[in-house]
Amino acid sequence: MSALAGLVAALASGRVKVVDLTHRLDPDFPVIVLPPEFGQCARFRIEEVSAYDHRGPAWKWHEITMNEHTGTHFDAPCHWISGRDVPAGSVDEIDPAAFIGPACVIDCSAEAAADPDFLLQPAHVEAWEARHGPIPAGSWVLMRTDWSRRSGAAYLNMAGDGAHSPGPSAAAIEALLARGIRGFGTETVGTDAGQAAHFDPPFPAHYLLHGAGRFGLQCLKGLDRLPPTGAVLIAAPLKIRGGTGSPLRVLALVEEGQ
Amino acid sequence: MTEPLAPPPRKDPRRRTRVPTLPPAARSRAALGLTAAAAEGRFALQVCAECGAVAWPPRDACAGCLSVQLVWRELPPGGEVLAETAIHASPDPYFRERLPWRVGTVRLDAGPSVIAHLHGDVARGARVRMAARLDRAGQGVLIALPEKDTPHMEDDPALRALTCHPRHRRVLLVDGRDAAAPAMARALRAAGAAAVWAGEAEGWRGNPARAALAEAGAAVVPLDITDSDSVARLAGEYGGRIDIVVFNARHLRPGGVMAGNGIYTREAFDVHALGLMRLARALGPAMAARAADGVNAAAAWVNILSVWALIPDPAFGAFAAAQAAALSVARSLRGDFRASGIRVMNLFAGPIDDEWHQPLPPPKLAAEALARELVRGLAEGAEEVWCGDVARDIRERWARDPKVLEREMTGGGR
Amino acid sequence: MRRPAPYDGVVLTAPVTVPYRRYSTQSAHWWIARALRGALAAAGLAPGQIDGLCLSSFTLHPDSAVGLTQHLGLSPRWLDHIPMGGASGVVALRRAARAVQAHDADIVAVVAGDTNHIDSFRNLLSSFSRFAQDAVYPYGYGGPNAVFALLTDRYMAEYGATREDFGRICIAQRQNALRYPHALMKTPLTMEAYLSARPIATPLGLFDCVMPCAGAEAFLVMREDEAARRGLRAARILATIERHNAHAADPIQLRGGWSVDAPRLWEAAGCAPGDMDLVQTYDDYPVISMMQIEDLGFCAKGEGPAFLRGRDLTVTGDFPHNTCGGQLSAGQAGAAGGHLGLVEAIRQLTAAAGPTQVPGARRALVSGFGMVNYDRGVCSAAAVLEGMA
Repeated sequence: MSALAGLVAALASGRVKVVDLTHRLDPDFPVIVLPPEFGQCARFRIEEVSAYDHRGPAWKWHEITMNEHTGTHFDAPCHWISGRDVPAGSVDEIDPAAFIGPACVIDCSAEAAADPDFLLQPAHVEAWEARHGPIPAGSWVLMRTDWSRRSGAAYLNMAGDGAHSPGPSAAAIEALLARGIRGFGTETVGTDAGQAAHFDPPFPAHYLLHGAGRFGLQCLKGLDRLPPTGAVLIAAPLKIRGGTGSPLRVLALVEEGQ
Repeated sequence: MTEPLAPPPRKDPRRRTRVPTLPPAARSRAALGLTAAAAEGRFALQVCAECGAVAWPPRDACAGCLSVQLVWRELPPGGEVLAETAIHASPDPYFRERLPWRVGTVRLDAGPSVIAHLHGDVARGARVRMAARLDRAGQGVLIALPEKDTPHMEDDPALRALTCHPRHRRVLLVDGRDAAAPAMARALRAAGAAAVWAGEAEGWRGNPARAALAEAGAAVVPLDITDSDSVARLAGEYGGRIDIVVFNARHLRPGGVMAGNGIYTREAFDVHALGLMRLARALGPAMAARAADGVNAAAAWVNILSVWALIPDPAFGAFAAAQAAALSVARSLRGDFRASGIRVMNLFAGPIDDEWHQPLPPPKLAAEALARELVRGLAEGAEEVWCGDVARDIRERWARDPKVLEREMTGGGR
Repeated sequence: MRRPAPYDGVVLTAPVTVPYRRYSTQSAHWWIARALRGALAAAGLAPGQIDGLCLSSFTLHPDSAVGLTQHLGLSPRWLDHIPMGGASGVVALRRAARAVQAHDADIVAVVAGDTNHIDSFRNLLSSFSRFAQDAVYPYGYGGPNAVFALLTDRYMAEYGATREDFGRICIAQRQNALRYPHALMKTPLTMEAYLSARPIATPLGLFDCVMPCAGAEAFLVMREDEAARRGLRAARILATIERHNAHAADPIQLRGGWSVDAPRLWEAAGCAPGDMDLVQTYDDYPVISMMQIEDLGFCAKGEGPAFLRGRDLTVTGDFPHNTCGGQLSAGQAGAAGGHLGLVEAIRQLTAAAGPTQVPGARRALVSGFGMVNYDRGVCSAAAVLEGMA
């Protein structure tokens, strides 16, 4: 049996399940908040063009608008200044094979529940490897915080000094890059922590990942449904000319018993 | 003495909501000069530029010297009621619903005699203060008010029919995040508004102004005018209860036309022009249908606009263009609302003393002043309110010569 | 100002009233045709024998007198259209008499007629005048009732007139109307009923206001010898006056243009108010009749109430006034209302008034008042007529 035939059979039998890690595109879903004198991330907008009515008697369709970084989305290397010169660093030029890879899920949900400003440190990575084995090169590393269960104002958790949400430290990202990861994903609005503007470098996940030609996934939903290892993640962005990112439908293939 | 207006009872769900009717709307072109004056709450009549005779009714030539140079000018509003009548029979559907209706002949200190609506506190022989107001047809009419204010005088039925007083009415303040929103909510509640709902976009951002709004007596409701869905949800929940809309949303970013930012510009248009249209489409029809719904009939749609809607400050060119678009929308809205009698009031403000005008020199408008003018405009039933020294200055210069003003604003003057 | 030439050799004859109706499904053309035919029949004339037409009508739209010539198959050599409402009768008489006198026409038919459809009164009001549209109707839309209520209110305050004073005029006219076969109001009116009638526009009550209706009036103007040749009884014109927009500076109307011209009227007529055997005032509201009685010199300004208190205004009284009931009891048939008193006076002076005939009536005053353009009637006119015994 070929590999794909085996996969198809496993999907058909339910031995391999498809887990959807995507938030619904919804005008009410938060986007990153920047100081108002900066350009802002447009929220998702949907307008009915027709609905089996005088505007189109037999069909219904919508017009949608959003930013590349609205909702569950992909960050390409060219999104950040550090990745501006990465070859094939935009979504339309990235080798499509790069969108599919194994997922390592680091569970930080207890820590994030205790401390909204929790930072993933190299020690946490090492502790995870001690239990689950080394993170293979080419992995999607996903930081599970259960943050996607939050909604409304609790999601950004904004205060007078900015947002408070968990994320990786610069050292953790460097440690992951040293392992040759494919990209890093979070359940929060960005790959960086809410307070990451004050880190050194600022927004280290963005800065370091994209500078190294790696990808970011954010606003993932329900990482608790993935095993620590063994899942395969499919995160293919829209093929936007020179695109720095794209809304995603993120799918994980999870084998029974994992 | 005017009876204080009692709050309306809850609506009997078995009763049909009355369809609005309008007083006679036809006017000659000359007579529309009174409408223009009333729209700004000014008592003005035609004066002959050659012989000084004051003319009424409006006409095209002076009855004193046949000059055709008649100009509308503000005049002393005093007068005396020579005669009065209470009309008990009228073939006009609007007045039939309101009989008996009192009118009088008033001899103006300025000269002519006028037939005018009579405030309940004036009678034959009384000295009165004339005011030009817009009626439900949107046309200028004269009303004789008591010479000095009387208790609850704004509750007089004849006067209330000409105004959009907030008393017992429910107001939607579109943008609760606006810096002036708490002051406006406070002023509206102080004027007797039964409820003020303050819209809040992007509740997930949090809103530090919530406490101030609550203290001002406003309830926060989710509303994002750039999102059709959000607008539709608000209209579904509150559409049948909103009597006055105050469109105070504002998206101001510095930037001229050439040096401006395309996304800011689009956002500005999305808020000011498209947002206004979205909200009007969602709320307008229900308001129009409720324009004769008793004490708290839907009454007014207020747009708080920058005076740059008339003439841009090029340093804010993109914003000014969005404001001009909003002004155009507001004017069309007047046409859309005409048959219902809903008043569309544009409150033109100069620079407001907020963060976005922080580097601008004074005079700048305080939130309290804006709120005061908002309530005054509603109480007068005005269509155009010029708020603050800058707005009044621009209005004057614009009326005198828009081209001269344009050159001055674009750096050609002193 | 030279005294106008007398109307020597010109007479009025063939008075005709087409019985009024409250509402009519017919057009103004229909009513005018009937009146014209009636006048021609009364004089024994064929339509082709009249060579002048003087028309008044509010409801002929979109036609005018011109359209009517073609509609009715007339070919006059003199044509006029008098848009003066309640003054149109006397003014038409003036125009027609001079045309005949100057041989611009030999026989002029003076015709007025209007129809009254359901809602046509409201439509008429809404297009009545620019000043009314701009400065009266937006204020309660009471129509002329409201304007005359204001005048009445002021008149009462100024001169101490009471509602009873006006009631007496209305009641006497109703008594006259009971004799007049064509009157629409046929119930006797008591003072109690007058005073307790529902208010229309205070101080005016129901019986102070005319009832709009459909109807038509006509008479012929020709030379005296022509009338004699045809054996027609006729009346002579002793004098006439006409005035528009008099006393424009008065803050409210308490007098009309008659007060400007009355002395010249009586001088030209060679007689005095006291010589009149009957008086036909224009009575759209009783206060206007009161004003005419004052302004035409029967008493001083403000003394109308006292003057009338001492007099009997019925056909059999000492001051026969509006002998067919006037518009207040006969109905107001649009522009024909401005001809009602005139046609009735011609009937009286030619001994053709039948049940309303004032015995021995020889001289009559007919007065007209028209067009509440804004806050007052603008047109005033009057004629002194004499029968040819």
